Amino acid sequence: MYLPLPPEGLLSFLGAAMVLTGAEIVIRCLQEEKVEYVFGYPGGAVLFLYDELSKQDKVRHVLVRHEQAAVHAADGYARSTDKVGVALVTSGPGVTNAVTGIATAYCDSIPMVIISGQVPTAAIGQDAFQEVDTVGITRPCVKHNFLVKDVRDIASTIKKAFFLAKTGRPGPVLVDIPKDVSAHKCEYEYPKSVTLRSYNPIVKGHQGQIRKALGLLLEAKRPMIYAGGGVILADAADKLTKLTRLLGFPVTNTLMGLGGYPATDRQNLGMLGMHGTVEANMAMHHSDVLLAIGARFDDRVIGNPAHFQSEPRKIIHVDIDPSSISKRVKVDVPIVGNLADVLDDMIKMLESSGDRPNPAQIAPWWKQIEEWRGRNSLSYKNSTEVIKPQFVVETLWKITNGDAFVTSDVGQHQMWAAQYYKFDKPRRWVNSGGLGTMGFGLPAAMGVQLAHPEKPVAVITGEGSIQMCIQELSTCKQYRLPIKVLSLNNRYLGMVRQWQQFFHGNRYSESYMDSLPDFAKLAEAYGHVGIRVEKPSDVEGAIREAFSRKNDLVFLDFQVDPTENVFPMVQGGKGLTEMILSSEDL
Amino acid sequence: MRHVISLLLENEAGALSRVSGLFSARGYNIESLTVAPTEDPSLSRMTIVTSGSDDIIEQITKQLNKLIDVVKVVDISEAAHIERELMLVKVRATGKDREEMKRMAEIFRGRIIDVTDSSYVIELTGTQDKLNSFVGAIDRDLILETVRSGVCGVGRGDRVLKI
Repeated sequence: MYLPLPPEGLLSFLGAAMVLTGAEIVIRCLQEEKVEYVFGYPGGAVLFLYDELSKQDKVRHVLVRHEQAAVHAADGYARSTDKVGVALVTSGPGVTNAVTGIATAYCDSIPMVIISGQVPTAAIGQDAFQEVDTVGITRPCVKHNFLVKDVRDIASTIKKAFFLAKTGRPGPVLVDIPKDVSAHKCEYEYPKSVTLRSYNPIVKGHQGQIRKALGLLLEAKRPMIYAGGGVILADAADKLTKLTRLLGFPVTNTLMGLGGYPATDRQNLGMLGMHGTVEANMAMHHSDVLLAIGARFDDRVIGNPAHFQSEPRKIIHVDIDPSSISKRVKVDVPIVGNLADVLDDMIKMLESSGDRPNPAQIAPWWKQIEEWRGRNSLSYKNSTEVIKPQFVVETLWKITNGDAFVTSDVGQHQMWAAQYYKFDKPRRWVNSGGLGTMGFGLPAAMGVQLAHPEKPVAVITGEGSIQMCIQELSTCKQYRLPIKVLSLNNRYLGMVRQWQQFFHGNRYSESYMDSLPDFAKLAEAYGHVGIRVEKPSDVEGAIREAFSRKNDLVFLDFQVDPTENVFPMVQGGKGLTEMILSSEDL
Repeated sequence: MRHVISLLLENEAGALSRVSGLFSARGYNIESLTVAPTEDPSLSRMTIVTSGSDDIIEQITKQLNKLIDVVKVVDISEAAHIERELMLVKVRATGKDREEMKRMAEIFRGRIIDVTDSSYVIELTGTQDKLNSFVGAIDRDLILETVRSGVCGVGRGDRVLKI
């Protein structure tokens, strides 16, 4: 006899739990988490998951051409929104290909959930086909990971994964699901909340410490605000801007923090660090009270910590992660908490007390800063003969009114993008700062474009980096992503060449790129528009044309000056004030 | 400086490797590490003996706290505490050495827990120093093998590590 099953809605209405397969549960969980896109690549261990994906249309799958790109795309999606990126990969090589992407996200604290297939539970440890110890391999580059051995644990584990990924200091969380577990059935109910006795990130900053910090700031003669990527991650850019303006202090953004305070504002001294401006680096070094917010004093930012500490100053450090505080530099006033909450508290205390720094007290400091700024350390000699890479970025900034989403790869072009594209808003700048992953830019831009379908998205890259994930031009075609790729093609691995020129006696060992493809034709072969640009006078026209093609991916292959270097530069191991400003300083 | 760090962690597969992986990845020393479930089977208690400057120890405790599986971390060597370690020593015991070994075990309040015609297994509990002294006091050539548990520690009096 045929007994029709009542519809699922009726069952849940009656309060009875649904019995679903593990794969169905995974997809339901993603729907519950309001996941729009899953970036992935199918394979044997995830076939049940892909089967379920195809039966619904709430969660859309984006088929990449390499798992590294799946994770970078999910990463770009997360960085340009305040949502968790999601990637789905198969066991074995699917996971090992994804590792570079996961480590990239981990180093920059990007909230992400990676779901990986695993061989069936009975085969684990048997050296089965496409088996790797996924939890072991990814352990050092995730915030946390799980191996789900029982179908009844899937829903609670995915709930935990999303919770861990986006709370506290965010980061990637991996959930490894053996194939048989995705086929087993159990009753499904998505947990409404999650608590972990071992995980309680601090949100509210210590009020006494905050008061103490304000006391120091109000008395400072040479104050400086140093803001990092934490400001972007905590969506605290508006609060940072408000506080900085209330105080009237100079501010610098790190590479990861660009857009955290408007770049075109007078109080912003530009990016600091190895390729930072003179005014930012000098003010950082000579400040007497330093307010560090969501930044971590890393080696590319302060150079040699001993040199940095040779100048006495009081340091206030606000961070969500206690282990970032006093790690490389001893801090006087540590404040652990969510940046948005702490900055809010600071603003409220200032507003209610009416206390403000005495402008006369910091006037000499501003005068000194303006003197440093007057050295115009980002100036460069433009040319009518050969395209200067800085000019390309400046032109892009002008044409897009500073409002494009810009992703980058890693190397000289990344630094020029950071220096010459003035980001006034957060989440517009997407780059691999911590791990420094070449090949990041194009796939990350796919995630950005999907999250912001109507917005201009540009990839600033080079002929070296773009070839590390160039296969994604195919994905861009499939999903009609009208990304604009600006390749600063200097026929060199530019940053390597620069270091070889400066520190290795001009011996350009393996940094020359020979046998390059015709990138314009290559883009055309993928079904896109390719334009080769050779003359400075054609730069603006080419960029304008690219952005006027609203529905096309346009690949702009700029033949730029191969000898150009990134300045200013602080050599590794040197102090922040020991900057090389031009080739003449060498 | 030598420190004894006690932690409670979720009794889950892989929790131990998260801790040991942290130490190797960040270049921290581990002198010894012991772990076993507590009276609450969902929790394990670990004792790590490590050494480093104050800054490094501060980082170690912060990094341990950051691990999701770690519930609580205490540096028990910051105040009065008790440490114990268990050692089993198998020694050659023939001729006049048989009596000498028995005497040494008694002096150190050890117990002989296995006897054959030619060997003893001596069980000894105490601080690391005491066990080291015992190994130093007996004839080295007679030691067939030694096995030590690593240090277990607990704070004195009211200092309790519990959730």
